[in-house]
Formats: sequence, structure tokens, C-alpha cells
Amino acid sequence: MLGGVCGGISEATGIDVMLVRIGFVLLTVSSGVMMLVYALAWLIVPAQGEASNIFSRALSDRRGIRLVVAMIPAMVVLQVVVSALHVGFVGFIGWPTFVAVGVGVLIWRNAAEAEKVWMRDDLVPLLGAGTRGQARWVLAVRVAVGVAVGLGGVYFLLNGHTTATALRPVGGAVLVLAALVLIFGPWWLSLVRDLMSERQARARAEERAQMAAHVHDSVLQTLALIQRSADDPQHVVRLARAQERELRAWLFEGQPPGSLGGDVAMLAEGVGLLQRQVEADHGITVQVVMVGDCELTAPLRALLDAAREATVNAAKWSGAPQASLYAEVESENVMLFVRDRGQGFDPDLVPDDRQGIAQSIKARVARFGGTVAIRSAPGHGAEVEFSMPRGELVR
Amino acid sequence: MSQPGVRRPRIFLVEDHAVFRAGVKAELGDAVEVIGEADEAAAAVELINERQPEVVLLDVHLPGGGGLAVLQGVLPLHPDVRFLALSVSDAPEDVIAVIRAGARGYITKTISGDELLQAVYRVGAGDAVFSPRLAGFVLDSFSQGPTPVTGLDPELDQLSPREREVLRLIARGYTYKEVGRDLTISTKTVESHVSSVLRKLQLSTRHELARWATDRRLV
Repeated sequence: MLGGVCGGISEATGIDVMLVRIGFVLLTVSSGVMMLVYALAWLIVPAQGEASNIFSRALSDRRGIRLVVAMIPAMVVLQVVVSALHVGFVGFIGWPTFVAVGVGVLIWRNAAEAEKVWMRDDLVPLLGAGTRGQARWVLAVRVAVGVAVGLGGVYFLLNGHTTATALRPVGGAVLVLAALVLIFGPWWLSLVRDLMSERQARARAEERAQMAAHVHDSVLQTLALIQRSADDPQHVVRLARAQERELRAWLFEGQPPGSLGGDVAMLAEGVGLLQRQVEADHGITVQVVMVGDCELTAPLRALLDAAREATVNAAKWSGAPQASLYAEVESENVMLFVRDRGQGFDPDLVPDDRQGIAQSIKARVARFGGTVAIRSAPGHGAEVEFSMPRGELVR
Repeated sequence: MSQPGVRRPRIFLVEDHAVFRAGVKAELGDAVEVIGEADEAAAAVELINERQPEVVLLDVHLPGGGGLAVLQGVLPLHPDVRFLALSVSDAPEDVIAVIRAGARGYITKTISGDELLQAVYRVGAGDAVFSPRLAGFVLDSFSQGPTPVTGLDPELDQLSPREREVLRLIARGYTYKEVGRDLTISTKTVESHVSSVLRKLQLSTRHELARWATDRRLV
């Protein structure tokens, strides 16, 4: 159950996975070579559902390779200082450690998402075993004592030699260090900046997607409604007022439009609120059937936001006077169906850039690990099926 | 949609809102023969016992004891009269109570004229009529909680997987015909599944059902 190599072999050959695992363990115990074979297989064989393996992805990961290359000068400096201090054993283990760390960084950057979770959750706590459960200050004191003892060691090492001759190479090392900083400094800085801007860009894209979903739910929906009721001035005014209120609440009080207030705590309550709002705003009857009830967690709030969008779509496009909403609370998931008997549509013909289905429904649900299936055909109504895990995703 | 070759069923309306009575009569039109109406329980019991209609459309909430009083006043004398309950407010215990007292179906007042007529024909033919609401209530009361220790017949206290599937589709808003198409079974088979659920609903000793019934002094 490490990299999934045994499972892959058993799938390819048809041999029971337990047998493959036992074989691997026996060979590992007897020779040790199998460990190397296992690691290589993990790197070279692509994971299920992926086109490339970790090894080939690492070769094309320019940023990762640059990161590793950038560590070389730092390593050189460390080696120079260490040899100046005559601490031989550090020099002996230094380069192998460096190679291991570099390869580790490349594997980390190119592993599949599931494997990253495994490394973070299982491997890292393994290395830090023994520190679990201790207060942070205990760790700090230990590090402080360690540094103090280390400095003491360096002091005695220096004293073991004639002071003057020992200091000279240290001075030289400092000069080399300064030179390296001068030469490579800007490059290191640009690397750090690259990493930071990469992260910022990702955050911005996420924010933009959420903003687009919100604007679509509120402003664009209202504009569509206003266009359709252009011959009823009072209705238009009412819609515009309501939208203005909602936008203000969003911009100045940070309350997302079209979403449930924070005071709704249970799923059935939220479904009831959704029903009342859609019926009031869109003049459609929403027939609600609930089986069971549970606490309204963050994923379920997202589910209700998406379900509202599906119901509003039914009100706007289907032409049917009534939509059905059925929600059933299961032990792990909540299933939710929104159905209308209207004119229907061909889901394959909806352009990908249509915000309603792409962002407001699918992306919203996928963000919390849920799924959406849309069944519809012209003339046969439409049904949107949601499935959402009840709790927060375990990270 | 009057069905040729089918005799017009004789129906009786029990409902305290005159406007709604008039609306139902207009919607059913010539397809049925309305042989009487009443707006409170005592008068309804008397008239129904006298005229013996085939189907009674029964409002769950009614002055003078509610729909329950009507069921209890008629069924012991005339078990052949079939009741179809309807209401706007849907407290599950009220709905389950009228079903356990002998109503053969339950629909909400938002139902369309066509569907209402279908429901009247179904109940008249001795089948059960479940609205999405009722299907949800039944799934709810049969889904959690332990089965009662005193249950003599475990068959009665649990839904079969197929019955569960049928109820789930009805709760999602499917008509019997659509349920049949989705599960590739005939509409007749769907009807028999629903009737069997109705039987369980009326006879089961499940804790939730029994409690609701006790609260309403049915047992």
C-alpha cells in the first residue's frame, strides 16, 4: 500500500495482489534489491488514470530542476566552510544527502495528487516521530540547546588548533561566500519571486472563479428576469431594488449574494428557505420532498447554492409551472435531485462557457468533492442529480 | 380526459373551503359524477353512509375532528368506500394517521386536474396513490430506527429494495408511468408495489408509525 506498484502488477498479470505483495516482501528481506526495484517501478510506471510517469514529468519540470541546481552553490559554500573547520564526516555525508534531497524535491513536485497526500500524511509524521503531542516550546528549547551545544563544539574545535591558522581559512570561506552571494544572489531572488507569483496567480484564478459564480447567480440572473418582465414596470423596480440590496450586502458587508445566511443550521431548513426564495423570485412552484435531515456543513451549503441554481434554471428555461426537489440524507452523502417536466435540452449542445452550468453548478459542487449528472432531452424535461459528501473533506 | 368505456365514478367531496370544492368540480368536469359534498365531519359521515359513493375526496384538516373522524365513522359500516386524502399542509403524522385509518392515497392540493383524475380512477380501482410527499414520509419513517421487537411479521416492517426504488422515484416527481419506464417494469407492477407499501404502512408495527398512531389515538 505504498506506491501501488503491487496492485498494478497484479492487475496486469492477473495474479492475486496479496501474493504479489508477499513475494515482494520475501525478496526484499532476502536481498534488499527489491526495495530499489520497487522505488524505480513507482517512478517509471504511470499511476492509474495518468498518461505520464513521475520520472518523465520530473525531467520536463524546468522550475524544479532550476530549484535543485540553485542549491548547488549553497552546497559548495557549506562544503567549503565545513572543510575549513575540518569536520570531515559532514563532508562525507554531505553530497549523498544533497542528491537525496534534490531527488526528493523533484519527486514531490511531480507526484500525483493522491501520492502527495500519502507522503504528507504518512511519511512526514514518520520522520518527525517522537515529537507528536509535545508543546511547541519544548521543541524550541530542544533546538536552542542543540544549537548551543553545536556552537560549543565548533568553539572547541577551533581551540584545538592554533587559533591564528584556523581563522585564516574561515576568513577565506567568508570571502568565497560573499562572492557567491554577489554572483548568484539575484538569481536566487528571482527563483523565490517566481514561486511566489505562481502561488498568487493560482489564488487569483480561484477568487475570480468564485466571483464569476456569484455575479452570475445574482446580477446576471436578475438582468435576465428584468428583460423578460419589461412590460411590467413595478416588477422591474422590485427586482432592481432587491438586487441592489443584495449587491450592497455583498460589497460592503461581505455576505455572498444568493447564499444562505449564517443562521441556517440544518439542511431541511436551508432547503425550505431555497424553496421560498425561488418561488417568490421566479413564480414557479417548487415541490420539496426531504428524507432525513442533518447539520448544514460547508459542502452542503455549496450543494444548496448549486441546487438553487438548478431550480432557477428550471424556472427560467423549462417553461414548466413546477419543479421537484428531492433530497435524501444517507450515512455518508446527501443525494439531491432537481427535476422539471419542461421542454428539456440537449446537455451536449450547451457551450462550455455557459456560466450557469459550468461554474455555478459543476465547479461549485466539485470544489467540495461532490458530483453532478444532468439528464435531459428536448421535450422530456430535465433532471439534475447531485451527490455531496456530508462532512468536510479530510485533508 | 374522460376515458371511453369507463363508467364515470361516483365521488363525494369533503372539504371546508367552498372555493376549492368548486375548483375541484370544475377540474374533474364530466369525467366523474359528484353525488354530494360536505364541509364538516359529522355531516360528511351521515351523507356518505347514506349515498355510498365509490371514492371520497377527503380533506385532512376539517372542522369537527378532521378527516380521521370521517374515516372512523364510515369504514366500519361501509368498508368498500375508498378514500383519497388531500391537503395543503403536510405534517407527516397527520398524513400517516389518515393512511393508517384507511385512506388509500394521499395527494397535495397543488396537483393538476389530469393527475387528480388519474388518482381518482386509481383509488376507485382499488390501487394506492402516493404523492411525492407521501413517498418521502414513508421512506423517512421506514429508513431509520430499529424495527420493533414486538413485530410479529418482519415482512411488514421493512420495505423491499424494489419498493424503496419505486418510492424514491415517486418522491423525485416521477409519475407511475415514468417510474415504470425508468425501472423497465410495467405501470401495473409499479401500482402493485405501491399497494404493497400501502399495506405495510397500514399494518406495520414499526415504532415511528405506531407512535404517530398512538398520538392520534388510533390504536
